[in-house]
Amino acid sequence: MAKLFQRPKSMFDVSTHYCPGCTHGVIHRLVAETIDALDIRGRTVGIAPVGCAVMAYNYIDCDFQEAAHGRAPAMATGIKRVRPDLMVFTYQGDGDLASIGMGEIVHAANRGEKFTTIFVNNAIYGMTGGQMAPTTMPNQRTTTSPFGRKTEEVGMPIRMAELLATLRTPGYITRQTVIKPKHIQKAKKAIERAFVYQMENRCFSFVEVISTCPTNWGMTPKDAVQWAEDVLLPYYPLGDKKTPDREVTEKLVAAAGAA
Amino acid sequence: MSKVLMKGNEAIAEAAIRAGCLNYFAYPITPQSEVAEYLSWRMAEVNGVFLQGESEVAVSYMIFGAAGAGVRVFTTSSSPGISLMSEGISYLCGAQLPAVFVNIMRGGPGLGGILPSQADYNQATRGVGHGDCRLLVMAPASVQEAAEMVMMAFPLAEKYRNPVMLLGDGLIGQMMEPVEFPDHLKSEPSNKDSWATNGIDHRNGTTRNLVRSLFLDPEALNNNNLILRAKYERMKAEEVRFEAYNTDGDYQVLIVSYGTMSRVCKTAINALKGQGIEVGLIRPQTLFPFPDVAIREAAAKPSCRTVLSIEMSMGQMVDDVERCLHGIRPVEWYGKCGGEVPTPEEIIDLVKASV
Ligand SMILES: Cc1ncc(C[n+]2csc(CCOP(=O)(O)OP(=O)(O)O)c2C)c(N)n1
Ligand code: SF4
Repeated sequence: MAKLFQRPKSMFDVSTHYCPGCTHGVIHRLVAETIDALDIRGRTVGIAPVGCAVMAYNYIDCDFQEAAHGRAPAMATGIKRVRPDLMVFTYQGDGDLASIGMGEIVHAANRGEKFTTIFVNNAIYGMTGGQMAPTTMPNQRTTTSPFGRKTEEVGMPIRMAELLATLRTPGYITRQTVIKPKHIQKAKKAIERAFVYQMENRCFSFVEVISTCPTNWGMTPKDAVQWAEDVLLPYYPLGDKKTPDREVTEKLVAAAGAA
Repeated sequence: MSKVLMKGNEAIAEAAIRAGCLNYFAYPITPQSEVAEYLSWRMAEVNGVFLQGESEVAVSYMIFGAAGAGVRVFTTSSSPGISLMSEGISYLCGAQLPAVFVNIMRGGPGLGGILPSQADYNQATRGVGHGDCRLLVMAPASVQEAAEMVMMAFPLAEKYRNPVMLLGDGLIGQMMEPVEFPDHLKSEPSNKDSWATNGIDHRNGTTRNLVRSLFLDPEALNNNNLILRAKYERMKAEEVRFEAYNTDGDYQVLIVSYGTMSRVCKTAINALKGQGIEVGLIRPQTLFPFPDVAIREAAAKPSCRTVLSIEMSMGQMVDDVERCLHGIRPVEWYGKCGGEVPTPEEIIDLVKASV
């Protein structure tokens, strides 16, 4: 009997260091499944961020470079420009991408660099112990906003997908989540599509994934899912913000799924 | 190829292509922008890569990504730009990646000026970035030498899997001189398959390569730093380069000077010869590793009474000169750092005052 559920080939057989209820592991898995589905492990280079996923290369089995905080899009640009035949993806947190690395991601997207960014938005700095991020919600308490995020002092949370979608350069920009099983298949399709756009050398592709950080939100995994659904999703609406050519993509994704 | 008349910056650009480096990322800054302007069309001609990044910070990571993918890659900048690249340079050292950085120095600190200077000596030779990192630093004194050093820099960077810096003052970049280029070299690091993220299929492998600088385990980090230290020690043993000028006979004064400044010193030395005063010169061509032994031996000559470190900075190399002399001779510094180059007359007066 065929196995219906097994470890992706591009994933090492190890357990991750992520906290219980953290969705970094699920997102890793979707990336690895995509690498398997498109059969691109032998020509893929991942770029690990600074943040909780700094050791993503311990879980996803392909060539990897480890970035400095926020600089992954510049590194991906360097690789992709000199080796356009490689499949390159960055995997970045919200502190990494929306704060220190804002310049790098905006310019890479605007140049239409042909790589894929997986942007994990958990509305907080996870690795360094729960400080405020540019994506932290109004009144959300963090270790550096102990009285709650004051928007009159630090502005509203940045919606990266919408911000990048204002760029005139063609791109695929979408927001997904993996907090509940019903979201996961959609997120997987989006990640696959993002990689296919790269494979076809069509455009920059960006998949924002709303994630959880029960540890630094100070919640149980169950409450964290609820909070993400009640508070994050209304402000960070799911769905595609921009696609270069939906019809063609649909066909490619279907073909990859069939193979 | 016969000799052509070229600006230093353009010669550096052309030399990189001849060295087989077909990948260039940069951000404009005076006095080196001509490198980017030249390569913006020349790279297209040779099917190479030219990209103007959005900042020096981004450029240093474009360099990292490309170097990590196993190709020859370089950038050029000037002082404030190099400060911004310093983060990336430290990461390149930590991850042991080869790349070439050219710093056509201007005065500082801060925005400083746009005229020639040698004020980034300490920054270049003491590591540039954070952590225990070091660069191999070469200092040309002519357009021809700048071209030759660029051609040497790539194989050296690959030999040590470490960034190499060409430290030129603004005059080297701006002046025009005849230059002759050797033929093209090959274009990729020879040993790259063992470490580069160039695609598992590309190297017919099964296991992946990993480029990183994070070592959370203290023993692993210490070991990585010991590996780096061993490389720096090997550079000290194998890569010291210098020129000795007028050091055969007896001299009362020894000058240590590099780059454009050393050429002015030579003019002064020739003039002083006519007046019966002999002065020797050691011109470091590598600033790290520093020619300690050559300077100590030249200063130890019985006739030599004093050593002058003459620099277009407020006294930086002088610390290295003092360090390698172990106190056997008094050392004096002379320099300027507003963009004016000290004149031969100033140096003649200085020498006369010290004999
Ligand atoms: C230049 C620099 N500044 C700061 C840090 C410290 N730092 C490490 S991880 C991190 C925050 C990461 O948060 P995020 O990107 O949201 O990822 P998460 O940990 O939540 O997955 C910071 C500030 C660093 N490593 N480098
Ligand atoms: S700190 Fe937060 S983001 Fe990091 S692993 Fe734990 S739950 Fe996940």
